Amino acid sequence: MKKTYKIDVDCANCANKMENAAKNTDGVKDAVVNFMTLKMSVEFEDGADPKEVMPRVLAACKKVESDCEIFLK
Amino acid sequence: MNRKQKKNLIRIIVASAMMIGFLFIPVSGIWRLMLFLVPYLIVGYDILIKAAKGVKNLQPFDECFLMAIATIGAMIVAVIGDSDYYEAVAVMLFYQIGEWFQGYAIGKSRRNISDLMDIRPDYANLETDGQIEKVDPDEVEIGSVIVVRAGEKIPLDGVIIEGQSTLNTSALTGESLPRDVRVGDDVISGCINLSGLLRVRTTKEFEESTASKILDLVENASSKKSRSEHFISRFARVYTPVVVFSALALAVLPPLIRMLAGMDALWGMWIYRALTFLVISCPCALVISIPLSFFAGIGGASREGVLVKGSDYLERLSKTRTVVFDKTGTLTKGVFEVTAVHPEEIDEKTLLHLAAHVERHSSHPIAASLKAAYPGEADDCEITGVEEIPGQGARATVNGRVVCVGNEKMMRTVGASIRKCSHHHTGTVVHISRDGKYLGHIEISDVVKPGAENAIRSLHRSGVKHTVMLTGDSQRVAVHVADELGVDEVHADLLPEDKVSELEKLLEHRKPSEVVAFVGDGINDAPVLSRADIGIAMGAMGSDAAIEAADIVLMDDDPVKIAKAIRISRKCMRIVKENIWFSIGIKVLCLILGALGFANMWVAIFADVGVMVIAVLNAIRALFVKNL
Repeated sequence: MKKTYKIDVDCANCANKMENAAKNTDGVKDAVVNFMTLKMSVEFEDGADPKEVMPRVLAACKKVESDCEIFLK
Repeated sequence: MNRKQKKNLIRIIVASAMMIGFLFIPVSGIWRLMLFLVPYLIVGYDILIKAAKGVKNLQPFDECFLMAIATIGAMIVAVIGDSDYYEAVAVMLFYQIGEWFQGYAIGKSRRNISDLMDIRPDYANLETDGQIEKVDPDEVEIGSVIVVRAGEKIPLDGVIIEGQSTLNTSALTGESLPRDVRVGDDVISGCINLSGLLRVRTTKEFEESTASKILDLVENASSKKSRSEHFISRFARVYTPVVVFSALALAVLPPLIRMLAGMDALWGMWIYRALTFLVISCPCALVISIPLSFFAGIGGASREGVLVKGSDYLERLSKTRTVVFDKTGTLTKGVFEVTAVHPEEIDEKTLLHLAAHVERHSSHPIAASLKAAYPGEADDCEITGVEEIPGQGARATVNGRVVCVGNEKMMRTVGASIRKCSHHHTGTVVHISRDGKYLGHIEISDVVKPGAENAIRSLHRSGVKHTVMLTGDSQRVAVHVADELGVDEVHADLLPEDKVSELEKLLEHRKPSEVVAFVGDGINDAPVLSRADIGIAMGAMGSDAAIEAADIVLMDDDPVKIAKAIRISRKCMRIVKENIWFSIGIKVLCLILGALGFANMWVAIFADVGVMVIAVLNAIRALFVKNL
């Protein structure tokens, strides 16, 4: 399953770091952060619940870049 | 400017005013330090907090950390040495100015690019029980009737059920000529209705409509990252730690060596140099300018009706040396047209008139072209006994006389003697007889697109070395078309699977750095499109299959756009390379100057901000592709 979230982050390098953090979160198969459109698209592993995974992705991103936000609908 | 930017701007102004003011206050020692700490904290508190958080989360190597160390270091050097406190404040200030400018420039270019691609409709006028209501396009169901007034954007794909108008399709196709539409025509979302009022029955939901699909595609394009982008993110990942450790070495090693050699260690000077080194090291100019260049390039291309599905493809397109065409639908119109009429005894019009009558009810492409050549077919002539004879043609009684339209075999059957034509035929020939008497023949062929020859020429001019045409058509027709257009190589009589193997042969013989592109119309050639290094589909207005299968989609069917797409990609890649070399070059130069003591922190900050600004402005150039 694939979902796209709006994000807010200030610098491109920080966006790269968020991408790596999201990729390394359990339940995430792949993640791509697009700094230009400020969007993060996350591909979840089979059986993973986005509602459960996304808060952990957010926490992981906050850890590498404190000044970032992922808007979970 | 958003709220954050406004707040930061105020912080920058307040801190600069304070710093300049304090320079005139004659205090020294601890009081001076206290005084300068005020603007320092005003402008830099968030950086310090972020740096602390980074250390706490074991992610110390970011710019905030670098800036915090550099400025705190500068403070300490000022306390123990002879430099002044304002230097630390100034460095932090310049850093924030740089950040602010970067945020502003990126926000601005982001808006510029999205404005250019502004095809997203805001509302739809939904008609229910004679009432018109403004609703979100998302809420309109398939089969609803919507009203599009003059000047409005068509919100959803559909069919016109009332009214006629001209549409501006330029946002989708880059084509500035308006398109006329009337009842029964398909319209696609994103076009602007220029003149009349249209009532449209929707055929797709908003999510599936052309405008949404295109936006989706362009916005997600940068997720297929190019090699340059991968290179940059890898570079950034190793670059920061390397710089930090080099700075550490620079701060510690030379003084130690000097001490061992019995000289004055000069700790202050070397630490200062190391701090300068840190300031220069921020990789952001590089990291931002590359994706921004691609984003601008893809945005500019989409404005010209060229949809690129990823920066990866833009990069590959720029290396295209061989372009392989499918003939039908790309170089030729893919529809049959009457290209010659050779009557015997009667005039051309009468011959077409008779042929069209006999084919009145047929839906065969040849029949369609005959009817198209004689628009007033539905007149009061009496047509009876229409009969199709498989493998031969069709027969009917027109005004009491039996007219046959078909091939040579049919003419032999009815006893009409064919006069061989001296003309050089490249299409299908249809013979006509009346009451067993030969009346003449009509030639029908696939017509070369008006821009095709020009397209091949401009491809060669744009650096494409080899053009190849693949077709299922006969050798004779293929060679004729190829000669007319100036295509280098032709393979005819190919079945769809042969096209794949022909392409594979070409792929085998190319150099590794060269790219083979295949251009098709997206119908029947999906396997070839996906097998090529780059698959280009043309004439994709409304064709989902083509959009799915290809890497690059040309919205209209003008082959000249292929050369244009290649030129756009070249320009974009040139800008990307410029930015990579320029940013890395200036950084390395400053690092060397900093290590040798020729650059102080001010120079370092200016180098950093300056490089970033120039790189961003350069990246924006990729957006301007109109006159390429």
